Amino acid sequence: MINTQIAVIGGGPAGLRAAVAAAQLGAQVLLLDESDHLGGQLIKQTHKFFGSQQQFAGSRGIAIAKKLEAAARSQENIAILQEATVLGIYEDGVLLAEHKGRVIKVRAQRIIVAVGACERMLAFPNNDLPGVYGAGAVQTLMNVHGVRPGRRVLMVGAGNIGLIVTYQLLQAGVEVAAIVEAAPTIGGYLVHAAKVRRAGVPIYTSHTIKEAHGEEAVEGATIWQLDANRQPVAGTERHFAVDVICLAVGLSPLSDLLWQAGCQMKYVPELGGTVAVRDAHLCTSNPRIYVAGDVAGVEEASSAMVEGQLAGLSAALSLGLGGKEAQEQLAEAKAQLSALRAGPVGEKIRAGLAWVEKGVTADA
Amino acid sequence: MRITDHPILQFEKGPKVTFTFDGQQLEGYEGEPIAAALHAAGIRTLSHSHVKKRPRGFFCAIGACSSCLMTVDGVPNVRVCVEKLRAGMRVETQQGKGVLR
Repeated sequence: MINTQIAVIGGGPAGLRAAVAAAQLGAQVLLLDESDHLGGQLIKQTHKFFGSQQQFAGSRGIAIAKKLEAAARSQENIAILQEATVLGIYEDGVLLAEHKGRVIKVRAQRIIVAVGACERMLAFPNNDLPGVYGAGAVQTLMNVHGVRPGRRVLMVGAGNIGLIVTYQLLQAGVEVAAIVEAAPTIGGYLVHAAKVRRAGVPIYTSHTIKEAHGEEAVEGATIWQLDANRQPVAGTERHFAVDVICLAVGLSPLSDLLWQAGCQMKYVPELGGTVAVRDAHLCTSNPRIYVAGDVAGVEEASSAMVEGQLAGLSAALSLGLGGKEAQEQLAEAKAQLSALRAGPVGEKIRAGLAWVEKGVTADA
Repeated sequence: MRITDHPILQFEKGPKVTFTFDGQQLEGYEGEPIAAALHAAGIRTLSHSHVKKRPRGFFCAIGACSSCLMTVDGVPNVRVCVEKLRAGMRVETQQGKGVLR
Protein backbone atom coordinates (compact mmCIF):
# COMPACT_ATOMS: atom_id res chain seq x y z
CA MET A 1 0.00 0.00 0.00
CA ILE A 2 1.30 3.42 -1.03
CA ASN A 3 0.04 6.30 1.12
CA THR A 4 -0.23 9.80 -0.28
CA GLN A 5 -2.20 12.96 0.38
CA ILE A 6 -3.28 13.54 -3.21
CA ALA A 7 -3.37 11.04 -6.06
CA VAL A 8 -3.60 12.51 -9.55
CA ILE A 9 -4.78 10.10 -12.24
CA GLY A 10 -3.55 11.11 -15.69
CA GLY A 11 -0.37 12.93 -16.67
CA GLY A 12 -1.70 15.16 -19.44
CA PRO A 13 -1.99 18.95 -19.30
CA ALA A 14 -4.67 18.89 -16.57
CA GLY A 15 -3.04 16.23 -14.38
CA LEU A 16 0.47 17.70 -14.57
CA ARG A 17 -0.78 21.18 -13.66
CA ALA A 18 -2.92 19.76 -10.82
CA ALA A 19 0.04 17.86 -9.39
CA VAL A 20 2.30 20.92 -9.46
CA ALA A 21 -0.33 23.28 -8.00
CA ALA A 22 -1.02 20.91 -5.08
CA ALA A 23 2.67 20.17 -4.49
CA GLN A 24 3.51 23.87 -4.38
CA LEU A 25 1.14 24.18 -1.43
CA GLY A 26 3.09 21.41 0.31
CA ALA A 27 0.94 18.38 -0.52
CA GLN A 28 2.50 14.96 -1.01
CA VAL A 29 1.36 13.99 -4.50
CA LEU A 30 1.40 10.73 -6.43
CA LEU A 31 0.85 11.10 -10.18
CA LEU A 32 -0.18 7.98 -12.08
CA ASP A 33 -0.20 7.69 -15.87
CA GLU A 34 -0.96 4.66 -18.00
CA SER A 35 1.56 5.44 -20.74
CA ASP A 36 5.35 5.64 -20.82
CA HIS A 37 5.39 9.39 -21.43
CA LEU A 38 4.05 12.49 -19.70
CA GLY A 39 2.10 15.25 -21.43
CA GLY A 40 -0.87 13.15 -22.53
CA GLN A 41 -2.03 13.94 -26.04
CA LEU A 42 0.12 17.10 -26.22
CA ILE A 43 3.02 14.94 -27.40
CA LYS A 44 1.44 14.65 -30.85
CA GLN A 45 0.39 18.27 -31.24
CA THR A 46 2.94 19.81 -33.60
CA HIS A 47 1.00 23.02 -34.13
CA LYS A 48 1.38 26.24 -32.18
CA PHE A 49 -1.31 26.90 -29.60
CA PHE A 50 -3.54 29.94 -29.31
CA GLY A 51 -4.87 31.25 -26.02
CA SER A 52 -3.13 33.21 -23.33
CA GLN A 53 0.52 33.63 -22.33
CA GLN A 54 0.01 31.76 -19.02
CA GLN A 55 -1.00 28.72 -21.07
CA PHE A 56 2.05 28.96 -23.37
CA ALA A 57 0.27 30.48 -26.39
CA GLY A 58 2.61 30.46 -29.39
CA SER A 59 4.34 27.24 -28.31
CA ARG A 60 3.86 23.92 -30.04
CA GLY A 61 2.02 21.24 -28.07
CA ILE A 62 5.11 19.04 -28.00
CA ALA A 63 7.09 21.86 -26.36
CA ILE A 64 4.31 22.56 -23.82
CA ALA A 65 4.37 18.89 -22.77
CA LYS A 66 8.11 19.15 -22.03
CA LYS A 67 7.62 22.33 -19.96
CA LEU A 68 4.79 20.83 -17.90
CA GLU A 69 6.75 17.64 -17.34
CA ALA A 70 9.85 19.54 -16.22
CA ALA A 71 7.77 21.53 -13.71
CA ALA A 72 6.34 18.33 -12.23
CA ARG A 73 9.70 16.54 -12.10
CA SER A 74 11.32 19.49 -10.32
CA GLN A 75 8.92 19.14 -7.35
CA GLU A 76 10.43 16.79 -4.78
CA ASN A 77 7.02 16.05 -3.24
CA ILE A 78 5.59 14.68 -6.49
CA ALA A 79 6.13 10.95 -7.00
CA ILE A 80 5.50 9.82 -10.58
CA LEU A 81 4.35 6.33 -11.49
CA GLN A 82 4.28 5.68 -15.26
CA GLU A 83 2.77 2.70 -17.06
CA ALA A 84 0.27 2.50 -14.20
CA THR A 85 -3.37 2.03 -15.21
CA VAL A 86 -5.89 2.83 -12.48
CA LEU A 87 -8.54 0.10 -12.38
CA GLY A 88 -10.87 1.31 -9.66
CA ILE A 89 -11.53 3.82 -6.88
CA TYR A 90 -13.14 2.39 -3.74
CA GLU A 91 -15.25 3.74 -0.87
CA ASP A 92 -12.36 3.89 1.60
CA GLY A 93 -10.26 6.08 -0.71
CA VAL A 94 -8.09 3.21 -1.90
CA LEU A 95 -7.39 2.96 -5.58
CA LEU A 96 -6.11 -0.06 -7.45
CA ALA A 97 -3.72 0.20 -10.34
CA GLU A 98 -2.02 -2.22 -12.68
CA HIS A 99 1.68 -1.44 -12.89
CA LYS A 100 3.89 -3.52 -15.19
CA GLY A 101 1.92 -6.70 -14.64
CA ARG A 102 1.37 -6.22 -10.89
CA VAL A 103 -1.58 -4.79 -8.98
CA ILE A 104 -0.73 -2.01 -6.57
CA LYS A 105 -2.86 -0.23 -3.96
CA VAL A 106 -2.77 3.47 -3.21
CA ARG A 107 -4.50 5.16 -0.27
CA ALA A 108 -5.11 8.85 -0.97
CA GLN A 109 -6.96 11.53 0.97
CA ARG A 110 -7.91 13.30 -2.25
CA ILE A 111 -8.06 11.96 -5.81
CA ILE A 112 -7.95 14.18 -8.89
CA VAL A 113 -9.28 12.38 -11.96
CA ALA A 114 -7.71 13.88 -15.11
CA VAL A 115 -7.91 10.97 -17.54
CA GLY A 116 -8.97 12.90 -20.63
CA ALA A 117 -11.23 11.87 -23.46
CA CYS A 118 -11.39 9.45 -26.35
CA GLU A 119 -12.26 9.68 -30.03
CA ARG A 120 -15.88 9.49 -31.19
CA MET A 121 -17.17 7.15 -33.87
CA LEU A 122 -19.62 8.01 -36.61
CA ALA A 123 -22.31 5.64 -37.94
CA PHE A 124 -22.07 4.85 -41.66
CA PRO A 125 -21.88 1.62 -43.70
CA ASN A 126 -18.45 -0.06 -43.53
CA ASN A 127 -17.23 2.24 -40.75
CA ASP A 128 -15.48 -0.78 -39.24
CA LEU A 129 -13.05 -1.31 -42.14
CA PRO A 130 -9.33 -0.97 -41.44
CA GLY A 131 -8.44 2.52 -42.62
CA VAL A 132 -11.23 4.28 -40.72
CA TYR A 133 -9.10 5.97 -38.08
CA GLY A 134 -9.71 8.52 -35.35
CA ALA A 135 -7.95 11.85 -35.89
CA GLY A 136 -5.98 11.35 -32.68
CA ALA A 137 -4.85 7.95 -33.88
CA VAL A 138 -3.64 9.46 -37.15
CA GLN A 139 -1.67 12.06 -35.17
CA THR A 140 -0.16 9.40 -32.92
CA LEU A 141 0.89 7.23 -35.83
CA MET A 142 2.46 10.01 -37.92
CA ASN A 143 3.60 12.62 -35.38
CA VAL A 144 4.84 10.33 -32.62
CA HIS A 145 5.89 7.21 -34.49
CA GLY A 146 6.70 8.63 -37.92
CA VAL A 147 4.44 6.34 -39.95
CA ARG A 148 2.02 7.66 -42.58
CA PRO A 149 -1.56 6.47 -42.05
CA GLY A 150 -2.03 5.99 -45.81
CA ARG A 151 -1.60 7.70 -49.15
CA ARG A 152 -4.83 9.66 -49.58
CA VAL A 153 -7.24 10.69 -46.84
CA LEU A 154 -10.84 11.87 -46.59
CA MET A 155 -11.20 14.00 -43.47
CA VAL A 156 -14.58 14.02 -41.74
CA GLY A 157 -15.08 17.12 -39.59
CA ALA A 158 -14.00 20.74 -40.10
CA GLY A 159 -13.58 21.67 -36.46
CA ASN A 160 -10.12 22.66 -35.24
CA ILE A 161 -8.96 19.06 -34.97
CA GLY A 162 -10.07 18.19 -38.52
CA LEU A 163 -8.39 21.29 -39.93
CA ILE A 164 -5.17 20.95 -37.94
CA VAL A 165 -4.77 17.23 -38.63
CA THR A 166 -5.36 17.90 -42.34
CA TYR A 167 -2.47 20.34 -42.31
CA GLN A 168 -0.31 17.87 -40.37
CA LEU A 169 -1.11 15.16 -42.93
CA LEU A 170 0.09 17.47 -45.71
CA GLN A 171 3.28 18.15 -43.72
CA ALA A 172 3.84 14.40 -43.48
CA GLY A 173 3.51 14.05 -47.25
CA VAL A 174 0.01 12.56 -47.30
CA GLU A 175 -2.59 13.77 -49.79
CA VAL A 176 -5.95 14.95 -48.38
CA ALA A 177 -8.73 14.56 -50.97
CA ALA A 178 -11.29 16.70 -49.13
CA ILE A 179 -12.74 17.70 -45.79
CA VAL A 180 -16.46 17.12 -45.20
CA GLU A 181 -18.46 18.91 -42.52
CA ALA A 182 -22.10 18.20 -41.70
CA ALA A 183 -22.72 21.70 -40.35
CA PRO A 184 -23.40 24.53 -42.81
CA THR A 185 -20.30 26.39 -41.54
CA ILE A 186 -16.71 25.54 -40.68
CA GLY A 187 -16.43 24.93 -36.93
CA GLY A 188 -12.71 25.58 -36.50
CA TYR A 189 -10.73 28.81 -36.63
CA LEU A 190 -10.76 30.38 -40.08
CA VAL A 191 -6.97 30.83 -40.05
CA HIS A 192 -6.65 27.04 -40.00
CA ALA A 193 -9.29 26.67 -42.73
CA ALA A 194 -7.52 29.23 -44.91
CA LYS A 195 -4.23 27.35 -44.53
CA VAL A 196 -5.60 24.03 -45.81
CA ARG A 197 -7.61 25.69 -48.58
CA ARG A 198 -4.48 27.48 -49.79
CA ALA A 199 -2.85 24.06 -49.96
CA GLY A 200 -5.65 23.00 -52.32
CA VAL A 201 -7.86 20.92 -50.01
CA PRO A 202 -11.58 21.56 -50.66
CA ILE A 203 -13.95 21.83 -47.69
CA TYR A 204 -17.49 20.58 -48.32
CA THR A 205 -19.82 22.04 -45.69
CA SER A 206 -23.39 20.64 -45.35
CA HIS A 207 -21.96 17.29 -46.47
CA THR A 208 -21.46 13.99 -44.70
CA ILE A 209 -20.03 10.60 -45.48
CA LYS A 210 -22.55 8.22 -47.01
CA GLU A 211 -20.46 5.08 -46.95
CA ALA A 212 -16.98 3.62 -47.05
CA HIS A 213 -15.97 1.15 -49.76
CA GLY A 214 -13.60 -1.81 -49.66
CA GLU A 215 -13.43 -5.48 -48.74
CA GLU A 216 -10.32 -5.93 -46.59
CA ALA A 217 -9.60 -2.22 -46.01
CA VAL A 218 -10.82 1.21 -47.09
CA GLU A 219 -10.53 1.77 -50.85
CA GLY A 220 -12.89 4.70 -51.23
CA ALA A 221 -15.65 6.82 -49.78
CA THR A 222 -18.87 8.39 -50.99
CA ILE A 223 -20.12 11.67 -49.55
CA TRP A 224 -23.43 13.43 -50.06
CA GLN A 225 -25.04 16.75 -49.32
CA LEU A 226 -27.31 17.51 -46.36
CA ASP A 227 -30.34 19.79 -46.64
CA ALA A 228 -31.35 22.46 -44.13
CA ASN A 229 -32.82 19.74 -41.89
CA ARG A 230 -29.61 17.72 -42.15
CA GLN A 231 -31.27 15.08 -44.31
CA PRO A 232 -29.17 13.61 -47.14
CA VAL A 233 -30.02 14.71 -50.65
CA ALA A 234 -30.10 11.83 -53.15
CA GLY A 235 -28.25 12.51 -56.36
CA THR A 236 -25.56 14.68 -54.75
CA GLU A 237 -23.12 11.82 -54.18
CA ARG A 238 -19.42 12.32 -54.87
CA HIS A 239 -16.87 9.56 -54.81
CA PHE A 240 -13.27 9.74 -53.60
CA ALA A 241 -10.60 7.10 -54.04
CA VAL A 242 -8.96 7.14 -50.59
CA ASP A 243 -7.28 4.54 -48.38
CA VAL A 244 -7.97 6.37 -45.12
CA ILE A 245 -11.10 7.96 -43.69
CA CYS A 246 -10.11 10.13 -40.76
CA LEU A 247 -12.83 10.91 -38.21
CA ALA A 248 -12.52 14.26 -36.46
CA VAL A 249 -16.05 14.33 -35.11
CA GLY A 250 -15.32 15.14 -31.51
CA LEU A 251 -14.27 13.49 -28.29
CA SER A 252 -16.09 11.89 -25.40
CA PRO A 253 -14.95 12.16 -21.76
CA LEU A 254 -13.44 8.91 -20.43
CA SER A 255 -15.89 8.79 -17.54
CA ASP A 256 -15.58 5.09 -16.63
CA LEU A 257 -13.61 5.59 -13.39
CA LEU A 258 -16.01 8.26 -12.14
CA TRP A 259 -19.00 6.00 -12.81
CA GLN A 260 -17.27 3.14 -11.03
CA ALA A 261 -16.44 5.38 -8.06
CA GLY A 262 -20.14 6.23 -7.74
CA CYS A 263 -19.91 9.95 -8.51
CA GLN A 264 -23.12 11.68 -9.50
CA MET A 265 -23.03 11.81 -13.32
CA LYS A 266 -24.89 13.81 -15.93
CA TYR A 267 -25.15 13.62 -19.72
CA VAL A 268 -24.26 17.07 -21.02
CA PRO A 269 -23.96 17.18 -24.82
CA GLU A 270 -22.25 20.59 -24.72
CA LEU A 271 -19.39 19.02 -22.72
CA GLY A 272 -19.04 16.02 -25.04
CA GLY A 273 -20.90 13.33 -23.09
CA THR A 274 -21.32 12.09 -19.56
CA VAL A 275 -19.44 14.09 -16.94
CA ALA A 276 -19.35 14.25 -13.15
CA VAL A 277 -21.54 16.84 -11.49
CA ARG A 278 -19.25 19.12 -9.50
CA ASP A 279 -18.97 22.48 -7.79
CA ALA A 280 -17.11 25.53 -9.05
CA HIS A 281 -13.92 24.16 -7.43
CA LEU A 282 -14.19 20.93 -9.45
CA CYS A 283 -15.12 18.79 -6.45
CA THR A 284 -17.53 15.99 -7.42
CA SER A 285 -20.43 14.62 -5.36
CA ASN A 286 -17.78 12.56 -3.55
CA PRO A 287 -15.86 15.14 -1.47
CA ARG A 288 -12.67 13.11 -1.91
CA ILE A 289 -12.78 13.15 -5.73
CA TYR A 290 -12.01 16.08 -8.05
CA VAL A 291 -12.06 16.29 -11.85
CA ALA A 292 -10.03 18.37 -14.33
CA GLY A 293 -9.47 18.56 -18.07
CA ASP A 294 -11.36 16.79 -20.85
CA VAL A 295 -12.91 14.21 -18.49
CA ALA A 296 -14.75 17.15 -16.89
CA GLY A 297 -15.92 18.40 -20.30
CA VAL A 298 -14.16 18.38 -23.66
CA GLU A 299 -12.41 21.72 -24.27
CA GLU A 300 -8.96 22.93 -25.28
CA ALA A 301 -5.62 22.05 -23.67
CA SER A 302 -5.41 25.62 -22.35
CA SER A 303 -8.56 25.27 -20.25
CA ALA A 304 -7.46 21.79 -19.19
CA MET A 305 -4.29 23.31 -17.72
CA VAL A 306 -6.20 25.95 -15.79
CA GLU A 307 -8.72 23.38 -14.56
CA GLY A 308 -5.79 21.28 -13.37
CA GLN A 309 -4.45 24.27 -11.50
CA LEU A 310 -7.86 24.90 -9.95
CA ALA A 311 -8.42 21.27 -8.93
CA GLY A 312 -4.90 20.97 -7.49
CA LEU A 313 -5.32 24.13 -5.43
CA SER A 314 -8.84 23.18 -4.28
CA ALA A 315 -7.82 19.68 -3.23
CA ALA A 316 -4.80 20.95 -1.29
CA LEU A 317 -6.82 23.73 0.38
CA SER A 318 -9.45 21.18 1.44
CA LEU A 319 -6.68 19.35 3.33
CA GLY A 320 -5.86 22.52 5.27
CA LEU A 321 -2.78 23.33 3.18
CA GLY A 322 -2.02 26.77 1.72
CA GLY A 323 -3.07 30.13 3.04
CA LYS A 324 -4.24 33.48 1.81
CA GLU A 325 -1.94 33.31 -1.20
CA ALA A 326 -3.47 30.00 -2.26
CA GLN A 327 -6.93 31.56 -2.08
CA GLU A 328 -5.70 34.34 -4.36
CA GLN A 329 -4.28 31.79 -6.81
CA LEU A 330 -7.63 30.02 -6.76
CA ALA A 331 -9.47 33.23 -7.62
CA GLU A 332 -6.91 33.92 -10.36
CA ALA A 333 -7.43 30.45 -11.89
CA LYS A 334 -11.19 30.95 -11.91
CA ALA A 335 -10.76 34.34 -13.59
CA GLN A 336 -8.48 32.76 -16.24
CA LEU A 337 -11.07 30.08 -16.97
CA SER A 338 -13.79 32.69 -17.39
CA ALA A 339 -11.55 34.61 -19.78
CA LEU A 340 -10.82 31.47 -21.86
CA ARG A 341 -14.55 30.73 -22.08
CA ALA A 342 -15.64 34.30 -22.83
CA GLY A 343 -17.26 35.38 -26.06
CA PRO A 344 -19.11 33.39 -28.71
CA VAL A 345 -16.44 30.64 -28.83
CA GLY A 346 -17.16 29.67 -25.22
CA GLU A 347 -20.93 29.90 -25.45
CA LYS A 348 -21.52 26.16 -25.72
CA ILE A 349 -19.15 25.37 -22.83
CA ARG A 350 -20.77 28.00 -20.62
CA ALA A 351 -24.21 26.51 -21.31
CA GLY A 352 -22.95 23.03 -20.44
CA LEU A 353 -21.26 24.16 -17.26
CA ALA A 354 -24.35 26.02 -16.08
CA TRP A 355 -26.11 22.69 -16.28
CA VAL A 356 -23.47 20.57 -14.57
CA GLU A 357 -22.30 22.86 -11.78
CA LYS A 358 -25.80 22.96 -10.37
CA GLY A 359 -27.14 20.33 -8.12
CA VAL A 360 -24.26 18.58 -6.37
CA THR A 361 -26.40 16.99 -3.72
CA ALA A 362 -25.00 16.06 -0.31
CA ASP A 363 -26.47 12.57 -0.40
CA ALA A 364 -25.41 11.68 -3.96
CA MET B 1 5.04 4.34 -45.17
CA ARG B 2 7.83 5.69 -42.93
CA ILE B 3 8.21 9.48 -42.86
CA THR B 4 11.84 10.31 -43.58
CA ASP B 5 11.60 14.05 -44.07
CA HIS B 6 9.37 16.25 -41.91
CA PRO B 7 9.34 20.07 -41.63
CA ILE B 8 8.99 20.07 -37.81
CA LEU B 9 9.70 16.64 -36.39
CA GLN B 10 12.65 14.30 -36.16
CA PHE B 11 11.88 10.74 -35.21
CA GLU B 12 14.25 9.10 -32.76
CA LYS B 13 13.97 5.40 -33.23
CA GLY B 14 15.36 2.47 -31.32
CA PRO B 15 17.52 -0.15 -33.02
CA LYS B 16 16.06 -2.02 -35.99
CA VAL B 17 14.81 -5.47 -35.00
CA THR B 18 13.05 -8.38 -36.67
CA PHE B 19 9.79 -9.98 -35.54
CA THR B 20 7.21 -12.26 -37.09
CA PHE B 21 3.61 -11.62 -38.12
CA ASP B 22 1.72 -14.88 -38.70
CA GLY B 23 5.05 -16.51 -39.46
CA GLN B 24 6.20 -13.85 -41.92
CA GLN B 25 9.45 -12.10 -40.93
CA LEU B 26 9.20 -8.30 -40.71
CA GLU B 27 11.38 -5.42 -39.54
CA GLY B 28 10.52 -2.65 -37.14
CA TYR B 29 12.14 -0.44 -34.53
CA GLU B 30 12.47 -1.58 -30.95
CA GLY B 31 10.20 0.35 -28.58
CA GLU B 32 7.66 1.54 -31.15
CA PRO B 33 4.11 0.15 -30.86
CA ILE B 34 3.67 -3.18 -32.64
CA ALA B 35 0.81 -1.61 -34.64
CA ALA B 36 3.13 1.12 -35.97
CA ALA B 37 5.63 -1.48 -37.17
CA LEU B 38 2.86 -3.51 -38.82
CA HIS B 39 1.34 -0.44 -40.46
CA ALA B 40 4.74 0.63 -41.78
CA ALA B 41 4.99 -2.83 -43.35
CA GLY B 42 1.62 -2.29 -45.04
CA ILE B 43 -0.41 -4.50 -42.69
CA ARG B 44 -3.65 -2.84 -41.69
CA THR B 45 -5.89 -5.76 -40.71
CA LEU B 46 -5.06 -6.59 -37.10
CA SER B 47 -8.07 -8.58 -35.92
CA HIS B 48 -11.53 -9.81 -36.95
CA SER B 49 -14.96 -9.34 -35.43
CA HIS B 50 -16.11 -12.41 -33.51
CA VAL B 51 -19.40 -13.13 -35.27
CA LYS B 52 -19.10 -11.94 -38.88
CA LYS B 53 -15.29 -12.14 -39.01
CA ARG B 54 -15.05 -8.69 -40.54
CA PRO B 55 -11.54 -7.23 -40.69
CA ARG B 56 -10.52 -4.73 -38.02
CA GLY B 57 -7.69 -2.22 -37.91
CA PHE B 58 -6.72 0.09 -35.09
CA PHE B 59 -8.98 3.04 -34.33
CA CYS B 60 -7.86 5.07 -31.30
CA ALA B 61 -4.13 4.18 -31.08
CA ILE B 62 -4.09 5.00 -27.36
CA GLY B 63 -5.19 1.67 -25.92
CA ALA B 64 -8.82 2.60 -25.32
CA CYS B 65 -10.95 0.99 -28.06
CA SER B 66 -10.00 -2.74 -28.23
CA SER B 67 -10.00 -2.77 -32.03
CA CYS B 68 -6.38 -4.01 -32.28
CA LEU B 69 -6.24 -7.08 -30.03
CA MET B 70 -3.70 -9.68 -31.20
CA THR B 71 -1.82 -12.65 -29.80
CA VAL B 72 1.75 -11.72 -28.92
CA ASP B 73 4.25 -14.38 -27.82
CA GLY B 74 1.28 -16.64 -27.11
CA VAL B 75 -0.60 -14.09 -24.95
CA PRO B 76 -4.04 -13.22 -26.38
CA ASN B 77 -5.84 -9.84 -26.31
CA VAL B 78 -2.70 -7.69 -26.42
CA ARG B 79 -3.40 -4.07 -27.43
CA VAL B 80 -0.80 -3.78 -30.18
CA CYS B 81 -1.32 -0.01 -30.52
CA VAL B 82 0.41 0.49 -27.14
CA GLU B 83 2.47 -2.70 -26.72
CA LYS B 84 6.12 -2.04 -27.54
CA LEU B 85 7.96 -4.01 -30.17
CA ARG B 86 10.90 -6.13 -29.04
CA ALA B 87 13.31 -8.25 -31.07
CA GLY B 88 12.02 -11.68 -31.94
CA MET B 89 8.39 -11.06 -30.99
CA ARG B 90 5.87 -13.53 -32.36
CA VAL B 91 2.79 -11.52 -33.41
CA GLU B 92 -0.24 -13.48 -34.57
CA THR B 93 -3.78 -12.82 -35.73
CA GLN B 94 -5.94 -13.94 -32.84
CA GLN B 95 -8.38 -16.81 -33.29
CA GLY B 96 -11.39 -16.56 -30.98
CA LYS B 97 -11.58 -14.61 -27.75
CA GLY B 98 -8.45 -16.02 -26.11
CA VAL B 99 -8.22 -17.91 -22.84
CA LEU B 100 -7.33 -16.44 -19.43
CA ARG B 101 -4.26 -18.12 -17.98
